[in-house]
Amino acid sequence: MSPVAIVFLVLAILVVWGGFAASTVFLARRPERTDYPPGAVDDHREDDAPAIRDT
Amino acid sequence: MARWRGAAVRRPPREQWSGQVGFILSAIGSAVGLGNIWRFPGVAYENGGGAFLIPYIVALLTAGIPILFLDYAIGHRFRGSAPLSLRRLGGKPLEALGWFQVAIAFVISLYYTAVVAWALSYFLFSFDLRWGDDPAGFLQGDYLQVSDPGISMQFVPGVLIPLVLVWILTLAVLSAGVAKGLERANVVFLPLLVVAFLVLVVRALFLEGAGVGLNALFTPDFAALADPNVWLAAYSQIFFSLSIAFGIMITYASYRQRRANLTGPGLVVAFANSSFEILAGIGVFATLGFFAVQQGVAVGELEGLTGVGLSFVTFPAIVSQMPGGPLFGALFFGSLTLAGFTSLISVLQVVSAGVQEKFGLSRVKATLGIGGIAAVLSVLLFSTTTGLLALDVVDNWANNIGIVASAVLTTVLVIWVLRKGPELQYHLNAVSTFRVGRAWVLLVGVLVPVLLGYMVLSRVVTLLVEGYAGYPAGYLGVFGWGTIGLILAAAVVLTVLPWRSHTEPFTAWPPYVRDSRSPARSPEPEGGRR
Repeated sequence: MSPVAIVFLVLAILVVWGGFAASTVFLARRPERTDYPPGAVDDHREDDAPAIRDT
Repeated sequence: MARWRGAAVRRPPREQWSGQVGFILSAIGSAVGLGNIWRFPGVAYENGGGAFLIPYIVALLTAGIPILFLDYAIGHRFRGSAPLSLRRLGGKPLEALGWFQVAIAFVISLYYTAVVAWALSYFLFSFDLRWGDDPAGFLQGDYLQVSDPGISMQFVPGVLIPLVLVWILTLAVLSAGVAKGLERANVVFLPLLVVAFLVLVVRALFLEGAGVGLNALFTPDFAALADPNVWLAAYSQIFFSLSIAFGIMITYASYRQRRANLTGPGLVVAFANSSFEILAGIGVFATLGFFAVQQGVAVGELEGLTGVGLSFVTFPAIVSQMPGGPLFGALFFGSLTLAGFTSLISVLQVVSAGVQEKFGLSRVKATLGIGGIAAVLSVLLFSTTTGLLALDVVDNWANNIGIVASAVLTTVLVIWVLRKGPELQYHLNAVSTFRVGRAWVLLVGVLVPVLLGYMVLSRVVTLLVEGYAGYPAGYLGVFGWGTIGLILAAAVVLTVLPWRSHTEPFTAWPPYVRDSRSPARSPEPEGGRR
């Protein structure tokens, strides 16, 4: 491989895989907010789901 | 209406992912599909090689991730399939856009299944190198038995059987539900895909000529950066690769609990998808380098560097020449099958969710009903001797016109006409750890519709003037433009039909005050009645 091709191979890996690693680390450090707006705690009951007839 | 609200109505909670990891794996499984493996490497090579990295990253950051966030925000705030979410956001006209997206997903599922079925067949063929010395002849002749363009009722058993199998497996996964079906399938198949593909890439790197292939892929052609078509290629690669703008990510985000991080996982999904593309680029071009050296030609002289040609002609030819070829072939086609399958289930979930909610059907009824219709159509159209031709044409129109138009319409209607950008920005920031600024609204509201609008218009003109791949105009009229016509008709009809569930007012959470300088909005439910 030519040096310039190697440089771009390394760049691609650093930027894209680096972005993946950085976003994963960022998410692992702060997986969720700690200060959600009030409400929506009991998620299940507030949501609409498809109505199903029992008949 | 009353009978829907009486004691006979059971309103189970909305389905949910088991948690953040389950959602992320499923969203990556959806984004990583056939295009990552068979489209990205060739597109990168043809559009500047190493230099393509620059427009590619720019496109990811300025269009891919912003549209992904837009889909997440719509689905998560308005908590429904594409038609329901968009209806809650903007009333009936937007519901029609939702059905337009559902119809695109339906059409794509018809032929995507066929490609997964081919990959499954080739996985088995790898073990005895069934294609022999002439993979192109084998694909068109022995395997697909391709005839002239038209409509044939002559079924090809070799395609029919795996196609039916893929449909059965897909509908079984969908019937099992979001957490127990889709998520479990992704939790098993996505890691399996990554491991299989990593083994393949490592093997490819040790082939004689691997460096030649990587050299061809990564040597930058900086002159390409001055060519607008290279930039368009980057935007379209990012756009098609991320599974955005046709309902998948709206649907998937709607299954997250209300208190759930959106943008943080979104970044992980977007970069994971691109990481897999880079990996695929390395694996595919290392393998192509081996082939070029064996043939005594330059990589640029090889034919079939993308799509069906790359996967089902070039790769089989390479596998035949390689020591340990059967294992390599099994890894490649196994990866293709897994990548395709985890995307396929997400495409069909868009359809199933829309039908469940509009018609008040249970998950199993909706899946088997609409999935059954899709399976029959898919078998009729794509397991016959004209399957490959129909697939080529339908794919071109559904993707290049359908999905791109869907993105343009979504951004124009949501951001320009309804001015929902600030509300969706507020929603993303209220629940997420990664904040988006005003730039996000500008990107999805200006850059995306302008660029993609140009893309779809120029494509329409080209197809009208030049036709496509030398097919007869009448055939393109039926399978190409006819597909778009059917998608539009479905969007109108399904919007007009009455809702059989979701008659209660919907309140979006967290509540949004449109502008701090004007009085707060009345506490009436946002986004329409449904």
